Amino acid sequence: MTPPFHAARKTELFGFLVLAAFVLLVLPGVVDPFRLNLVGKYLTYAFVAVGLVLCWGSAGILSLGQGIFFGLGGYCMAMFLKLEASTPEATKIQSTPGIPDFMDWNQLTALPAFWEPFHSLAFTIVAIVAVPAALAFVIGFAMFTRRVGGVYFAIITQAIAAILTILIIGQQGYTGGVNGITDLRTLLGWDIRTDSAKTILYFVNAFLLLGVIALSIAVRSSKLGRILVALRDKEDRVRFSGYDVAAFKIFVFCFAAAISGIGGAMFTLQVGFMSPSFVGIVPSIEMVIFCAVGGRNSLIGAVYGTLLVNWGKTTFSESFPELWLFAMGGLFIAVVMAFPNGLAGIYKSYVQPLFARIVVRPAHRRRPVGGGKTTPAIAE
Amino acid sequence: MFADYSWSELGSIFAMQGFAGLVLFSVFVLMALGLAIIFGQMGVINMAHGEFMILGAYVTYMCSNFFQSAAPALMPISFFVAMVLAFFASGALGMLVEMGLIRFLYKRPLDTLLATWGLSLILQQAYRTIFGAREVGVTLPEWMMGSLPLTDIIEIPINGLIVMAITLAITVAVAVVMFRSRFGAKVRAVVQNRQMAGAVGIDTEKVDRLTFGLGCGIAGVAGSAFTMIGSTGPSSGQLYIVDTFLVVVFGGATSLIGTVASAFTISQAQSTLEFFLSGSMAKVLTLLTVVGILMLRPQGLFVLKVRR
Amino acid sequence: MTNNDFLLSVEGLTVSFDGFKAVDDLSFYVDPEEIHVIIGPNGAGKTTALDLICGKTRATAGSIRFRSRELTEMKEHQIVHAGVGRKFQNPSIYEDLTVFENLEISYPKGRSVFGALAFKRDAKVRERVAEIAEMIFLADHLSERAEYLSHGQKQWLEIGMLLIQDPELLMLDEPVAGMSVSERVKTAELLHRIIQGRSVIVIEHDMKFVEDIAHKVTVLHQGRVLSEGTMAHVKSDPRVVEVYLGH
Repeated sequence: MTPPFHAARKTELFGFLVLAAFVLLVLPGVVDPFRLNLVGKYLTYAFVAVGLVLCWGSAGILSLGQGIFFGLGGYCMAMFLKLEASTPEATKIQSTPGIPDFMDWNQLTALPAFWEPFHSLAFTIVAIVAVPAALAFVIGFAMFTRRVGGVYFAIITQAIAAILTILIIGQQGYTGGVNGITDLRTLLGWDIRTDSAKTILYFVNAFLLLGVIALSIAVRSSKLGRILVALRDKEDRVRFSGYDVAAFKIFVFCFAAAISGIGGAMFTLQVGFMSPSFVGIVPSIEMVIFCAVGGRNSLIGAVYGTLLVNWGKTTFSESFPELWLFAMGGLFIAVVMAFPNGLAGIYKSYVQPLFARIVVRPAHRRRPVGGGKTTPAIAE
Repeated sequence: MFADYSWSELGSIFAMQGFAGLVLFSVFVLMALGLAIIFGQMGVINMAHGEFMILGAYVTYMCSNFFQSAAPALMPISFFVAMVLAFFASGALGMLVEMGLIRFLYKRPLDTLLATWGLSLILQQAYRTIFGAREVGVTLPEWMMGSLPLTDIIEIPINGLIVMAITLAITVAVAVVMFRSRFGAKVRAVVQNRQMAGAVGIDTEKVDRLTFGLGCGIAGVAGSAFTMIGSTGPSSGQLYIVDTFLVVVFGGATSLIGTVASAFTISQAQSTLEFFLSGSMAKVLTLLTVVGILMLRPQGLFVLKVRR
Repeated sequence: MTNNDFLLSVEGLTVSFDGFKAVDDLSFYVDPEEIHVIIGPNGAGKTTALDLICGKTRATAGSIRFRSRELTEMKEHQIVHAGVGRKFQNPSIYEDLTVFENLEISYPKGRSVFGALAFKRDAKVRERVAEIAEMIFLADHLSERAEYLSHGQKQWLEIGMLLIQDPELLMLDEPVAGMSVSERVKTAELLHRIIQGRSVIVIEHDMKFVEDIAHKVTVLHQGRVLSEGTMAHVKSDPRVVEVYLGH
């Protein structure tokens, strides 16, 4: 291995370990159980932000509809939990016992067919990943094979987020409407509302997130990752180098959708409900800002960005609710105008050189840029 | 779903819904015109477009309050004064925003989208702080209220007619400005080749600023017209932004006729469906159809074939 | 009536943009190992002709047969797989990647989504990249980000990206445009070396360069063939002198 690659890999590995320590040791150590559940909730958004780093940061595809996939994953989980909570005994006061309460309120007398398979946990787990990925495939296939990209793609995904929200709210009997699917209690008999369950779920979520990030790092450092960067820059050159550009875009969009779905499912488990307010235009674009604040090109940064923005949101809206929108709006503008590489960019240009000056011995100091011959970058 | 109605009733329903659709169509056209100029001609996505519109609505609200208390005699013309003021208020804000924000981002369309979304959040909160969270309604002059009876079932509301007349006037004005005036030629020159336009002596920065201001000003007029058929709240603008973008994209971004035609199609479909389905399902069906068509024909309905 | 002895046969090719015929009933043929130069005034349809062959633009009518396969019905990446490589007029490289990565992406392995995921940077890849880098004078720049290269070096890199695919038909759009004199000499030398043993279509305005390399010259004017033959033949054609060479 030769220096440039080695260094980049090492930084990423180091960042990953620090993140793992922060999420698995530091946060559970210093935060009380109630706040830890809150942090766990924020971390479910980080799945979406990580997906956006791949999609938007690497490949330049900005989706303003990632809430769709987060929501679909969350709804899949919620449907399973709701069915488990709606046993005939628990719902015997309803006119039709054994179906979810909101269906009964909406005069449904039988479980809709598309709910049936969600009696099975195995099916549900597959659906959490497969349903978002399948929808992403349909959207991606239609758009990318027709060379739709950039702002058009952003607007269409936003429109789809709007449509799905209206649909979920409108079809109360099937979806729980604007309130969503609430009052979820147990997972295979295990009460998810207790403090100990919430702590366990926090760790499950954290491990899943770290796993997803590790997988994403692998994808990004494969040739596929470099092709994504290449097509962000010169799509035509990639095409005329013999690649089916649309297939690569579809892949990364589906991948991002699938991991967003996992985030949604973990959200449902930790918070105990799912509602359309996590699907629509506003949450979707907020998730983009989580990613942008962390640094659109940094998988690790996306997690810190998500935590920071949500922590800010919670703090602000507790004490100065009217200021929050100003702050959020300012954040959108600042991150675009002043810090396009977000936290990761700040770290790279200010903190890292500082470290380097303190820690690194002169012999290891990097050569000045462009000075002398650089060694061929033939890694491994 | 038609079985419960007689033929004459059905005819009247279609006529009334059609008219309601025409009013919706007018508002869509007004909103989309500004966006078509900014997006179609400049390629800038302005997610705060709805908020510029709402600014026009609030200006109209303040204006009508002012006339009511200070000069009731002038009330009948208050609406037109308000409309002119709305144009200049939104236009001026638009030019400020172009100067402080947009002009740094012409080469980064996706970032423009995020920055203007941030701007829209700030404006919404500003409206909430200044005007309160409750929706406000504008008091219309006497003569604008009421309706004209056409047959014993069909009645045509006057304010709807006025909105349509205003829309027609502004559409014609925009078409003249963009395609018949020197300014329009400059705008198109800058869009097609910025460097060359600069080289032949066009002040491209000024053209950008005026174009953006014009688009925002038209949004302000749209907001003003909007007060005649609905009340105004801090986040009313956001409700329409997706529809408006779909109208513009569906029509084929660069074509004014396309914008008008697509506004017509979408509004008619939605208001006709609304009578038979629930409002939300009508909207879902309309938007799904539009998105579906856009997936099959992403360049929109009216677009020229060019070498790229 | 396609003659299979030709590597590429273009027949009756037409494309119109809103009624304007950029290429109008164009026919020409390229033999194996032939260096075929296309010249003509601006707007003659030269670049559009290349766009049509590589699939960037779709023909309104006509056929393009490459080793008896119809290119007009294939997707861009399939045309590349069939053995047609294209260099663009402006250097088209990936600025955010290193020279090594630029060449590696063009290496014809791991072209499907899952192939790219499983792709391993083995000794064979490294050797091939090093070999090409040597050829395009960039052996010392492999780990540099491509955006820091000079204009000429970028042109070479793009040529290298084509070479690594070893195409049977290479299409070059103004390969020496915008280069310094010394770069131009080096590029001419490079092109002389790489065009051996394959067919090449070149668009070029530099007449000295054209005379040096061309086996056959096609002169385009307003989307049609004005004259065709050896350089000497074309140069003596009065119509060519009038519309192109004269000024």
